[in-house]
Formats: sequence, C-alpha cells, structure tokens
Amino acid sequence: MTESATHAPASPVKEIEVSDLRLAYGGKEVIHGISFNVHRNEILAVIGPAQSGKTSMLRCLNRTIDFTASASVSGCVKVGGQDVRAMKDVFALRRRIGMVAPLPTGLPLSIYDNVAFAPRCSGVTRKADLEPVVEKCLRQAALWDEVKDRLDSLGTALSGGQQQRLTIARALSHQPEILCLDEFSIAIDPVTTMRIEDVLKELREEITIILVTNLTQQARRLSDRTMFLLEGDIVEIDATDVIYSGESKSEKTRGYVSGMFG
Amino acid sequence: MSSVPSPIRIARAERSRAAVLAEKALEALIRLSGVSAILFVAAIFFFVLKEAAPVLFSEGFSLGQFLFSTEWYPTSANNVRYGTFALTVGTLSVTALAMLIAVPFGLGAAIYLSEFCKPRLRETLKVVIELLSAIPSVVWGFVGLTVMSKLIVNATGAPVGVNVLNGGIILALMSVPVIVSIGEDALKAVPDSFREAGVALGATRWQLVYRVLLPAARNGLLAAVLLGVGRAVGETMAVLMATGHAVHIPGSLLDSVRTLTANIAAELGEAPSGSDHYRVLFLTGTLLFLITLVVNLTADFVVRGIRRK
Amino acid sequence: MAGRFAKTPHIARKEIAESVARSVFGLMSAAMIVPLVLIVGYLVVLAWPALSLEFLLDVPKRGMTDGGIWPAFVGTLYLVGISLLVSTPIGVLAAIYLNEYAKDNWFNRLVNLAVINLAGVPSIVHALFGLGAFVYAARFGYSILSASLTLAIMTLPVIIASTREALASVPMAFREACWNVGATRWQTVRAVVLPNSISGILTGVILQVSRAAGETAPVMFTGAVFFKAVQRGDLFPYGLGDQCMALSMHLYTLATQVPNVKEALPYATAVVLLGSVLLVNATAIVLRIWLRNRKKW
Repeated sequence: MTESATHAPASPVKEIEVSDLRLAYGGKEVIHGISFNVHRNEILAVIGPAQSGKTSMLRCLNRTIDFTASASVSGCVKVGGQDVRAMKDVFALRRRIGMVAPLPTGLPLSIYDNVAFAPRCSGVTRKADLEPVVEKCLRQAALWDEVKDRLDSLGTALSGGQQQRLTIARALSHQPEILCLDEFSIAIDPVTTMRIEDVLKELREEITIILVTNLTQQARRLSDRTMFLLEGDIVEIDATDVIYSGESKSEKTRGYVSGMFG
Repeated sequence: MSSVPSPIRIARAERSRAAVLAEKALEALIRLSGVSAILFVAAIFFFVLKEAAPVLFSEGFSLGQFLFSTEWYPTSANNVRYGTFALTVGTLSVTALAMLIAVPFGLGAAIYLSEFCKPRLRETLKVVIELLSAIPSVVWGFVGLTVMSKLIVNATGAPVGVNVLNGGIILALMSVPVIVSIGEDALKAVPDSFREAGVALGATRWQLVYRVLLPAARNGLLAAVLLGVGRAVGETMAVLMATGHAVHIPGSLLDSVRTLTANIAAELGEAPSGSDHYRVLFLTGTLLFLITLVVNLTADFVVRGIRRK
Repeated sequence: MAGRFAKTPHIARKEIAESVARSVFGLMSAAMIVPLVLIVGYLVVLAWPALSLEFLLDVPKRGMTDGGIWPAFVGTLYLVGISLLVSTPIGVLAAIYLNEYAKDNWFNRLVNLAVINLAGVPSIVHALFGLGAFVYAARFGYSILSASLTLAIMTLPVIIASTREALASVPMAFREACWNVGATRWQTVRAVVLPNSISGILTGVILQVSRAAGETAPVMFTGAVFFKAVQRGDLFPYGLGDQCMALSMHLYTLATQVPNVKEALPYATAVVLLGSVLLVNATAIVLRIWLRNRKKW
C-alpha cells in the first residue's frame, strides 16, 4: 500500500482497525462488511455521495449507534487496539474520540460551560483544572479571540460559523486521541471553512483526524489518505495523491472525484 | 499553538465513586417511577376486585342477575336483589345522547379549527376549549341541577328537569373538548402534500375536507370519538347531579335515570363496609374499570393503526 | 364580457357549498363557546349577593345554611398540596424514563398503555381504589392522607403527559452532542434536557393543581367530610390524619344535601371553585405562551 510521504511514519501505528463491519437498521443492511485502518496522526478523508453510510460508520466508532434501537452491528472495531464492543466504560471510549456533527450545535449553556461540559462529566470539577482546558480548546478551535470577553453568554447565541468552532472546541475538550468531523462545513461560509481547515492542519501534529466530507476538493486539500465509500462498500482507499491523480484503480473513483456523479 | 499546559488527561479521568453511585441510585428511581404506572393500574384493579370478590361466592348473589336483571333493591328487608341492567341502560342512554350531540359538534369544530379558521382565531378557540375541559365535573353537575333543569322544565313542561336529556347535554358539553382536541390532532396529522394535491386539482376547501381529509384521518377521528365515549361513561359527579335518581329503564328523554357511576357515588356512603351491598358496588366498579379499559385500549389501537401505515 | 375565467354555474355551486360549510363549522365551534360564557355569566349573577372576601374567610353557620367556605377552601389547599408533593416527583421521573430511557420494546409499550389507561379510569373507580387500598388495606383511615394519595394517583397521568411533551420539545441534536463527548444519559438529562424543559414541566404542575382541585368523587369517600369545625381564617386547621372539608364536595353538599340554604350560597361556592380552577389554568396558558416566545434556540 502506498503511503503519503509527509505525515505517516514508515511503519504506521494503527489507531483504528475496522474489520468486516456490518450495520443494519431494522434488517436493512446499510454497511456491507467494510475493513480499513486509520493510522496515527494522519488525516483520513472519507468521501462519497449521500446515503453511503459515512455517518453511520462514524457512529459505530464511538458506539453512539447504541442509541438507535433498530441498529444491529457485527464485525470488529478496535480503537487503540481494544475492541470497542468489549469495552466496559463506553463513556471513556467516547472521550477518546472527538465527534463534530454536520450542523453547528452549541448547547444551550454558556460558552464556558459548553467547553467545560465534557471534562465535568468525566469528573474534573476544580476551576483551576477547567479554566486552562477551556482556554486551550477555544484557542485550538480559533474561537478564543472572538469570545474571550463573553464566556458567560449563551453558546446558542453565536453565529453559525462560531457555533461550529465551538462544537470543535467541545470535541477537543476531553483531549481525544481521534477527531471525527462529519461534513463540518455544510452549514458555514467559505471563509470560516478555510479557518477551520487551517486549524485541522495544525491539529494533525497532535491527533488523528477522520474527515467525512462530500466536498471532494476539501478532501484533496487536507487529507493524507482518502477512502471512497459508496452505498455501504469501500470502493477504494489509497493515498490522496493517488486518488486524485486520475490514475486510481477504480473507474467509479475517477468518475466521482472528477464530478461525473455523486 | 497554545502554550497552555494540560495538567490532567481528561479522557482518562475518573468520576468519584460517590458520584457514580448517586447516579446509579437516581437511575434506579427513574426506572421504578417509569414502571409505577403499570403498578398503579394493576393495584387499582387488584384492590377494587379484592373488595368485590367475596360477594361472588355469597348466597344471595348471582352474576346473571347482577348483569341482566333490572331489579336493584340492595336494602330490601326480605328480598335483596342486585340487578344492574337498568343502571347499564342508564349509562348507555345518557352516553348515547351525549355522543349524538357531541360527535357532530366536536368533529365540526375540529374541522373548522384545523382547516377553515385563521391562526389567531384558532389559538383563541384552543384556549377556550382548554378552559372548557378544565371545568370540574361537580360544577357541571351543579349547572345541570340548576340552570339546565329549569330550562328543560320551562321548554318541555316535564315534571322534573333532571333526566336523560339534561345529563346528555351536560355530558356532551364535557366530552366536546376531548373530541375537538384529539380530532384536530388527527386532521393535522394528514400530510400537507394531500392538501396541496387537492388544491392543485381545483378542489374547494369543503371538497378537500370530505373527499380527502375525512377519509385520511378516519382512524384518528374514530379514536377521538372513542375517548369521548370513555370520558362520558366514566363521568360521575355530573351525572349524579343531573340525571335524577330513578333506577329503571328510561322510556323517553324526559325520564330520570341513574348510571353505573352515579349509583356507586350515591350509595357507597350508606353501604356498611364488608356488606354484600358494599361489595356489589365494588363489583360495579370492576365492571366500569374493564369497560373503560377496553374503550381506551381500542382507541389507542386505532391510533396506532394509522401510525403503522 | 364572459372571459375565460368567468364563473360557470358549476363553479358558483362549489363556492356556495364552500361558504355553507364554512359557516356551519364556524357555528358548531361557536356552539361550544356560547354555553361556557352563558353558564359562567349566569352563575356569577346569581352568586353576586354572597360574593365577598368575608364569604371566603368565614366558616359555615346555622347548619351550613349561611356563612362562608373557609374550611372547605383550606381543605382543598391541603388535599391539592399533599397530592402534588407525591405525584410531581413520581410523574416527572416517570416521564424522564419514558422519554429519555425507554427503548421501543413490548415492555415500554405496556408502560405507555398503562399511562393511557390510568388517565381513562373513571374517577369513581379511583375513589373505590382509594377506599380499598389506603383507607382499609393501608389503615390510613378516612383522612387527608388517604384522600391526597388517591388524588395523586388520579392526577399522575396529567403530569406525565405534560412533562413528556416538555422533554420531547428539546431538540435531539443537543442530546447527541452530549453523548458524543461521553456524557451519560443522566448527565445529559441533568445538564441540557431538564433546564430547557423545566418551564414546560411547571405548566404541567399547574394544570395538575386545577385538575386535583376540581375532583369530587375520589375525596368524597376517602377523607372529605360534610362539615368540620374550623376557626375563621385559620391556615393550619388540619393534620395529615384528620378528615377535612373540600370545596368541590362542599358544593355538592350544599346543592343536594342541605335544606333551606341561602339561595346565593351554592352559586357563590360554585363561582369560587370555577374561578380558582380557571384562574390556575389561565396562568398555565399565559406561562406557556410567554415561554414559547423566549426559546433559547
């Protein structure tokens, strides 16, 4: 397998290992046994048209799929070498994975409480511990300068772009090893999108990022490797340079990235 | 990047044992409360039946007589008879009259609210309906006993104003809010695409209502009527005060009757605890419980039917 | 003249049908409201001679044929207050279970059916249950405690339904955001769901007050009595094990059991009961409208 030269070490550490993952909602299978790995400190882009199972796949990683009663999962997902379905403390798993949803969702709490929420839930309650974390995460999400004077105001009162950065700050607040972004830019303007993309490039130094997007050019700009998911199957997963070179193995991939369908 | 050090690994942090235990205890309490509804319904059935059961094995009692005889002489000195058929007919006649009045008015008002009137008027009307449904049944009974009874005597020349007609009108007024609010929900649940398709074909609002909406909302409207029936059958104080106290099968609208519920309310105070009379009243309660159970389950089943489609 | 869009006789007929339908349904709606206004007006007119603050604060006199309604009014406050203390926590927790915890399986469908049925059980059957369970089986006797517990179980569905509605109005996205950062169900409920539905729950509690205050049959056989000697204006005349008077039952008694009552007395009692209930309901409605206008999202 070809590796992106810049960010993956010679022998990449497998942060996430997915093997033969199958997911069905009430008997209707939407993910048909996919297998792939995510390497430590890479940005893996997941592209594909709507209804390809991208979001459902993410929900299997942090087991929020458990909240959907009709969902049945089989196969194996390992995070940091541990099978997620064998984990006793599912909440600790979710804290190892930061998750950013498509629509900006500021919680109806103050900006400070939005970011301090996750640490508090995991038992960190001292002010001296919380304040540096809140500041660091807001800085990482490029939001600190805009909100540092009004940390008491409501998170839901921010603009869409600000709320999305608040969501990212919240996803970073529990210091995850992995950050998943699910089409984070569909509800925000291009300028904010570019700012967040810069943030992601910097974060890559510290953590592993999975970027689900239907903007093929965004995947091309940011990612080390790209996975093309179509109707619940992996069509191709390879270095981003290869996928976008026009010489990828699958004709479907070439068609999708050049805008022929999707 | 930021130079702020992070002194703790939050992802690996642990909540205090006390916090975890407190949460577990609270969640147990939440689950217990959730289940409590089942416990209460079961307890109601159990305790009412428990007080009633001994009479089933008593010598002076037969279930056939209880259900099908019209002779209700619970305090007779030498020949006690517990026939509730006249009471059942009383309940049925008052309920039927109430539904005869309330169903057309209730459904008409539901249609008006959901299809014909402007949003502001709709909000106002809904507030009025809510207030109407909040009026205590004893106040309705008082209205029946005073206002309505005078009106009926003046209008028909009947000897007494407390009768089937009076109870029916009062019960109708009480059931209408239920029918309107559930009926309106049912009409609102019809997808707007149905309405748009009808309008696109040039249908007037009225044609839309009776060709498209009524058939589409049929089940919900049926449930609304059933819940109205449930309310009317179970109503106690209003019928106790408005229908008079004659235990017999009514010959006309102007006859006084007594219903199953009113009979319990009227005689429970006088029946010595543990006597056959007392137990028969509890048996009547068991019967009422089962009737309303069936009516409510049917209504729920009917509503669920549309959701599955 | 007769352009392409002129009315054909067929269209004209349709329009007539339309306006007839509109007026018929409009009249049916009006037929619901007119009685309400007429009845309330009539009651107030007949009650007017007796209505005064003195009527509220005074005790019944001359074999209940004269005087005021204070013991009944306070009794109702006691019954409603204690029943609320019992049913509000149970009802709110039950609603949290049904809306936040319950998976869609046969057991929870059974719980839902139970709630629906609890709401449909006739009030006189609740009275029989209270008599059998609390007065006799639990040996609380005819007392405020028995009557309040009976009322509590009877009004439980009201608080469950309104709390569920309030909880359900909190967007799902908030819950998902919380779960994604590793919050437990309860942490989610505590931090986000409850603070944003507390006002809806409060509305439900207010509605429950009005429902409990108006009920007659359930208290009549479990703890409410015809008459109880109480000092004028005394706020704490009863203990938990005492029997008490209740406004709803007092109206029934005055209207049907006591001969030679001063004409305006039952009317005034009815107006006080009806007025309190409608006032409480109106408060809930105003609160709800006010809340709808200041949502945080």
